[in-house]
Amino acid sequence: MTKEWPLWEIFIRSQHGLAHKHVGSLHAADAPMAIKNARDVYTRRNEGVSIWAVRSAEITASAPGDREALFEPANDKVYRHPTFFPMPDEVKHL
Amino acid sequence: MSARDLDRALFDYLLRLGDSPLILAQRLGAWVGKGPILEEDLALANVGLDLLGQARMWLSYAGEVEARIVGKGRDEDQLAFLRDGGDFRNLLIAEQPNGNFADTITRQFLFDAWHELALDALTRSGDARIAGIAAKSAKEVAYHVERSGDWVIRLGDGTDESHAKMQAAVDRLWTYTGEMFAADDDETALIDAGIAADVRALAAPWRQCVEAVMVEATLAIPASAYMQRGGKQGVHTEHLGFVLAEMQFLQRAYPGARW
Repeated sequence: MTKEWPLWEIFIRSQHGLAHKHVGSLHAADAPMAIKNARDVYTRRNEGVSIWAVRSAEITASAPGDREALFEPANDKVYRHPTFFPMPDEVKHL
Repeated sequence: MSARDLDRALFDYLLRLGDSPLILAQRLGAWVGKGPILEEDLALANVGLDLLGQARMWLSYAGEVEARIVGKGRDEDQLAFLRDGGDFRNLLIAEQPNGNFADTITRQFLFDAWHELALDALTRSGDARIAGIAAKSAKEVAYHVERSGDWVIRLGDGTDESHAKMQAAVDRLWTYTGEMFAADDDETALIDAGIAADVRALAAPWRQCVEAVMVEATLAIPASAYMQRGGKQGVHTEHLGFVLAEMQFLQRAYPGARW
């Protein structure tokens, strides 16, 4: 029998209320097992408060070959960055 | 019972509470590097380390109680590494060999289901230290039983081969579940004093929990009623000596060795 368990991508939300962040992948037979395994593999050191598990096969990724078409047109459009607004000095953390 | 006799009984009782997780942790540690998959390898080690942490708390407290009785108590390391087999008070099921993965999972589930109930009862102990250690441990064990129960169902209700291996494991280990619910005179005195958990009352809820999982796992509970006992009194199966030989080797060969 060479049936491999499917691969899952694991996302953990850290203590600080930030968004779920990709931490790695693992094998599991189904979704509940993926959550349990993620708990044991990726939250051993108190890393998180929430786990997402997504079948790797369900993720649609952009093709590396499309990089130029997808991303390079943005390179010379600096006006898309909000850096041209005068900011009062009193406003902090921007 | 005099206060001194009660302390003696308490010391022995704390060894019972600490030795089962200690020996089971040692057993689970032997899976490291040999788990069926990486994820399971880590999970077994995590459970083992949880249990080891619990054993440390129970044995440390046992040492303090021993100091009340004889003036000088042993610390957790001395109790773990320098006692002989006859002085260990763990349940017999904890020392049973790892066998195959089905054996390990079945041993774990039968123990976890009891452990969860026992710790829950201990959170209501009149001894604040016991209640505290139990409350801390209960959170870990709630996950243990969920995990091992999940595996029992997956493997029992899995392939023909996994089902056969699980049923063989249940049949083999069932005889070690009886002593979980037996209380001798010392333990009964502590139950009456409101310190120990009344394990006699846990047999029915344990059976209910185990049966629910077994039914879903399509596994049969053995009809045989013969139950082994003795672990809690220090009468062990032939396996404990081998566990101790490995676990205690370093401290026996190099007394006082530290990391």
